Amino acid sequence: MKILVAMSGGVDSSVVAGLLKEQGHEVIGATLQLYDHGEAVQKKGACCAGQDIHDARDVADRLDIPHYVLDRESRFRRAVIEDFADAYARGETPVPCIRCNQTVKFTDLVELAKDLGAEALATGHYVRRVDGPNGPELRRAVDPTRDQSYFLFATTREQLALSHFPLGGFASKAEVRAEAQRLGLIVAAKPDSQDICFVPRGNYHEVVAGIRPEAVQPGQIEHVDGRVLGTHQGIARFTVGQGRGLGMASRDGEEPLYVAALDAPRRRVVVGPRSALAVPEVRVGEVNWLIAPPEAPLACEVKLRAREMPQPATAFWDASSASLRVMLQTPAIAAPGQGCVLYDGDRVLGGGFIKGTAEAVDRGHKAA
Amino acid sequence: MTALYLDANASEPLQPEARAAMIAALDLPGNPSSIHGDGRAARRVLEQARAQVAARFGCRPRDVVFTSGATEANALAIHGLGAGRRVLAGATEHPAVLRAAPGLELIPVQPDGQMDLEALDAALASGPPALVCAMAANNETGVLHPLLDIMLLCQRHGALLHIDAVQAAGRLPLSLVESGADSLALSAHKMGGPKGAGALLLRPGLDPAALLPGGGQERGRRGGTEALPAIAGFGAAAEAADPAAASRLAALRDAIEAGAGLPVIGAGAPRLPNTSCLLLPGAPAETQVIALDLAGLRVSSGSACSSGKVAASHVLLAMGVAPEQAGCAIRVSLPWNAPEDAAERFLEVHAAMRARLARRAA
Repeated sequence: MKILVAMSGGVDSSVVAGLLKEQGHEVIGATLQLYDHGEAVQKKGACCAGQDIHDARDVADRLDIPHYVLDRESRFRRAVIEDFADAYARGETPVPCIRCNQTVKFTDLVELAKDLGAEALATGHYVRRVDGPNGPELRRAVDPTRDQSYFLFATTREQLALSHFPLGGFASKAEVRAEAQRLGLIVAAKPDSQDICFVPRGNYHEVVAGIRPEAVQPGQIEHVDGRVLGTHQGIARFTVGQGRGLGMASRDGEEPLYVAALDAPRRRVVVGPRSALAVPEVRVGEVNWLIAPPEAPLACEVKLRAREMPQPATAFWDASSASLRVMLQTPAIAAPGQGCVLYDGDRVLGGGFIKGTAEAVDRGHKAA
Repeated sequence: MTALYLDANASEPLQPEARAAMIAALDLPGNPSSIHGDGRAARRVLEQARAQVAARFGCRPRDVVFTSGATEANALAIHGLGAGRRVLAGATEHPAVLRAAPGLELIPVQPDGQMDLEALDAALASGPPALVCAMAANNETGVLHPLLDIMLLCQRHGALLHIDAVQAAGRLPLSLVESGADSLALSAHKMGGPKGAGALLLRPGLDPAALLPGGGQERGRRGGTEALPAIAGFGAAAEAADPAAASRLAALRDAIEAGAGLPVIGAGAPRLPNTSCLLLPGAPAETQVIALDLAGLRVSSGSACSSGKVAASHVLLAMGVAPEQAGCAIRVSLPWNAPEDAAERFLEVHAAMRARLARRAA
């Protein structure tokens, strides 16, 4: 089979390329140049390509497969970086990896694979694709600590049908590294990538400030009961459920306070006691179904953030308005902008992005 | 099936004469600057190459400065001859020129890619003495600048003229003395010599200060031990390159353009015989280059940076090609040894690619 492999230069996608080549497939490597590395690390004269791109080329050379670097800087900037800043400016907490998978990775690379006459796209994601009676299913990885299904809910069924995830069945990262060693890949011992790729020093507000300066304008911190407790240096520094960075407003007497809502139009951070944060229901937009959209209430489990175990819930899909409501069995903290992913055991049923909960902000208004 | 190499403007295949000269030079132990017998033997090879380049491109041997390539030759001209002058350069020049000096002034080109002579005239009239940099032929489109007109304007305004002759050398008749220019940059591997050698040819009497003073080699204009095997190959390639072969390549090029039936960028201007910049609207150049490569056909698009990433072509943008169209152009450049069935094979693979792209778009 002719397979396009998305190679990041890390150990995972390098092993994917190596395994597929070993199995006798005709492998084509593609590495996305997503941002100007030299600019990102503010080093004058640094190459536009970071070390990862050079690593990917070295691995492809070692495997003796054709390899191409694709310039996706402007596409990535619009679809991911600006979207990231816009979300913060709306008072949301974005997940740029989901957007990236949804746009530059699966949409564009599936298209490229077809243009090149390839039959499949393979990536180093830790998920499984299982061919069920009604077509391909997206499932959690065998290794629960590595599972990336949360970040891939927006993959369409058509894209999924062309996608291969050879690492989803590995029991651990150590096994993947051992494969890299066996295949003689220089990246076998390379550390895992951390954080957000286009924010190399972790100061994501600097990125937001450059695109949406209003998101880092100071404003007031108010208690859900309407009392003004202090000031903040921009709503982009906060996410719903956060307890740190509130300064004077981090306690109400003995009671610790947390961010309950972000009111972007008024640049307010609304805080409250832990008991005021949990919501029984979330509204979800931009929904992608990986099953036939359910006509009746659907009992399932949901994840409202990347690092948590799925919780029991019931999903209500209204096809006419394309809107999804999810009733949580146990109220939980839901940060607008994060993914809400629906599972049936290991299987991803679909998902969308958590919408702003106007009620949380309204609570503050009413109390005031 | 063997690959079909159609990327000569990136690098020409080695001429057999160049290969033989290099192999012979590899076994010479001496340094051309040494006074003993082995040094003299090395020097003899160096000076023979210098004479070959000089004879071929119309200058005195003593006015040939060997460099590491054309990037260095262009930089030597711009820094050495442009000192104390304004530096003017065509908007479609190679990065080797455009990035050689800060504060360089750009002269626009016409939609067909030729330098805008009125703009050049106005720029020359508007300020202190200048150095004008003009390429003989463009690397992406093959478009030739009107060098005679440019030279006359430079003379009228007391400007120096530097010609980046990298793409024209070996493919078209070319002579420094006949061009009336003050200097000329050459690259060995664009005329069937090896990568890693080039030269700056100078009008008699010009003596640019060295970028690399070092041990004073090349009459003090370029320090560092000369890369003898590469230079020997350069000399042989200069002698062997045959502009008379141009008509053969032009016929293949014309067959490709007629068969593809696509818009050709710069078609209205005089062009190199081997180069064709083909526009396939709606098909990203990157996809085309990859698809053709996987089918064994080597072409290119824009100028690739060291990472292999393809940047939008400043050449096509300067010619007024819309950005979305500029991103859909590939460069086909026939090498001196292009096989007789090159056009046929290109068209067959190209048609298959177009059919697949059309199917997906449908």
